[in-house]
Amino acid sequence: MIRTLFQIFKTGIVTENVLGRDADNIEVLGSKLSKIIKKRFRGSLTIRQIDAGSCNGCELEIHALNNSIYNIEQYGVRFTASPRFADLLLVTGPVTLNMEIALKRTYEATPTPKLVVAVGDCGCGQGIFDENYATIGAIDKVIPVDARIKGCPPTPAALLNGILQAIS
Amino acid sequence: MSVNKVLTYTVPADKFAGTAFEQKKKGAFLAAEWSAESENYFEVYACYRLNGEYQIVRTEISKEKAEFDSISGYYLAASRFERQIYSLMGIKAIGNTDQRPWIKFEDWPVDAWPLRKNFKQNTVLRRSEGTYDWIQAEGEGVFEIPVGPVHAGIIEPGHFRFQAVGEAIINLEERLGYVHKGIEKRYESTPWLEGYKLAGRVSGDSTVAHSLAYCIALEAMTGCKVPARAAWLRAIFLERERIANHLGDIGAIGNDAAFSILLYQLMRLKEMLLRTNQLLWGHRYVMDKIVPGGIVADIDKNGIEQILTELKKIEKEFKLLVKIYDGNPSLEERVLTTGILSKAQALELGVVGFVARASGLDIDSRVQNPFSPYDQLEIKVPVFTAGDVNARVWVRIEEVRESIRLIRLLLNNLPSGAIKTDCPLPPPNKTGFAVVEGWRGEIIYWLQSDSKGAINRCMARDPSALNWKGLEYSVLDNIVPDFPLCNKSFNASYAGNDL
Repeated sequence: MIRTLFQIFKTGIVTENVLGRDADNIEVLGSKLSKIIKKRFRGSLTIRQIDAGSCNGCELEIHALNNSIYNIEQYGVRFTASPRFADLLLVTGPVTLNMEIALKRTYEATPTPKLVVAVGDCGCGQGIFDENYATIGAIDKVIPVDARIKGCPPTPAALLNGILQAIS
Repeated sequence: MSVNKVLTYTVPADKFAGTAFEQKKKGAFLAAEWSAESENYFEVYACYRLNGEYQIVRTEISKEKAEFDSISGYYLAASRFERQIYSLMGIKAIGNTDQRPWIKFEDWPVDAWPLRKNFKQNTVLRRSEGTYDWIQAEGEGVFEIPVGPVHAGIIEPGHFRFQAVGEAIINLEERLGYVHKGIEKRYESTPWLEGYKLAGRVSGDSTVAHSLAYCIALEAMTGCKVPARAAWLRAIFLERERIANHLGDIGAIGNDAAFSILLYQLMRLKEMLLRTNQLLWGHRYVMDKIVPGGIVADIDKNGIEQILTELKKIEKEFKLLVKIYDGNPSLEERVLTTGILSKAQALELGVVGFVARASGLDIDSRVQNPFSPYDQLEIKVPVFTAGDVNARVWVRIEEVRESIRLIRLLLNNLPSGAIKTDCPLPPPNKTGFAVVEGWRGEIIYWLQSDSKGAINRCMARDPSALNWKGLEYSVLDNIVPDFPLCNKSFNASYAGNDL
């Protein structure tokens, strides 16, 4: 126990301010919903992440959002296990044929108003995985999208900025 | 046996299953089974591994008949490979007791065989009615828990179905294929020198290992000699990928047992490593830096210093965190004797990588089938026998330490010179084979050129294709709440399995 406490105190607070960094690859599509969410949720936002076919590269960086350096919870943003509690869906792609139905169902299970952010080059329809027999492609081919964060994979800083822009 | 050479021999179709029996008697493992299509016939391949030597048995099958004798009676792992062969190529394995589709879903048209040459890559598949015959259990108190494909967490999609009595799991059935992107079909229209990008996105967390395996297979086909400096730096990338993933996963296992300090501390160390990657080579995961003929990211003196300083920090902190992991009774309670995969099961299933090493199998292709520079290194392979979550964690702890040592060794003796040479295109009708020990375990690539010299087939086998089956066995008799812990301790890739 003493070791654990020692390590915690020695580490201190490592959280960094990365606002504005790597923010070039973000495209917010000017949704009215975002204003509603900002007003109704007062900047407190719950995200459900959906992998609709990614190579898991984007997932690594989404995981990093929760580490103590990016610490996305400092902005009132947290990840939830159920779409029923979610305000925002963070979707990585490309959408595969085998995930299409699950993605639609998850979208439908999320209460309105809801935001959808497409993550990664593939999710934005610009990745290496273009359409084929098994792949439908960009997220917006299956569900409406409000913002896009590009990158292969997008850095945690880009993700953080993209999510914050989508709600503000 | 020289580096990455493989013996391929052809047998008549009626002898194919017989050779599997002989291999099994010799104690060989089944590493992969796959199919290809030539102009006049189908081919089915089985790749066996015995003491680190690989043998490929090939057989030709007429296009009219399109069936072969299953080897799943000898090798459990063959069952899914053969289901996949039938699902994607339409060659039936006679005698396989499980004929349900794999990867291909029940709502695809039954006669859609994507890997056949007459199937166009952009075919639009119309959904049709279909059912999947789940394994079911009946009896008083038996109930079923379906989980997924969208899981509770930031994780890839897959479906698990548990049958449980009270808290105890009596059966687990996995159904995967949700992230199937048709990668093997995509290869048929990919230029040889571009294929590394696709390989680098088979499983994002193993981007270095996969693109490396693709490049080595291609270089084996073309006789391309990679400059020494490139080979050494490739190994450095590979070991850094191993450390990064091990750090993150050990932390995540702690987190799944509600011991979150491990996650936050180890993720901090992982982030340190990723940032150095970004700084030195322009990508946090060193994606797309390994190309046919070498690499496209070098290192200078300052870079070497930077890595050495970073490793020193990581090593010091890691040492303390391992003590914290090891000295916590409530964590021990969760990880000890949980999710046991016995040595007998590991042998039977032919699991690979740290999963195999935690169940008493001393296998590591860096040692048994090394390519340069691993042929010049002495690698300590940690082997544990308990086969539980704790053993899998400990294998990974030891591997982090060993990889740190290797990186230091490689950096201190880094050859000078070029980092890339031109890789020629392979001749027609040739095959190439490569094995790379990624952080999950043995990754196999097998490439084949057609009569015009283009890619006819690229078979990629991620360790997950074997290790997923291990998870099904390890959770039996465990309680349902321990499943996340077991699952995380295997951490098989969905994307790598589904392709």
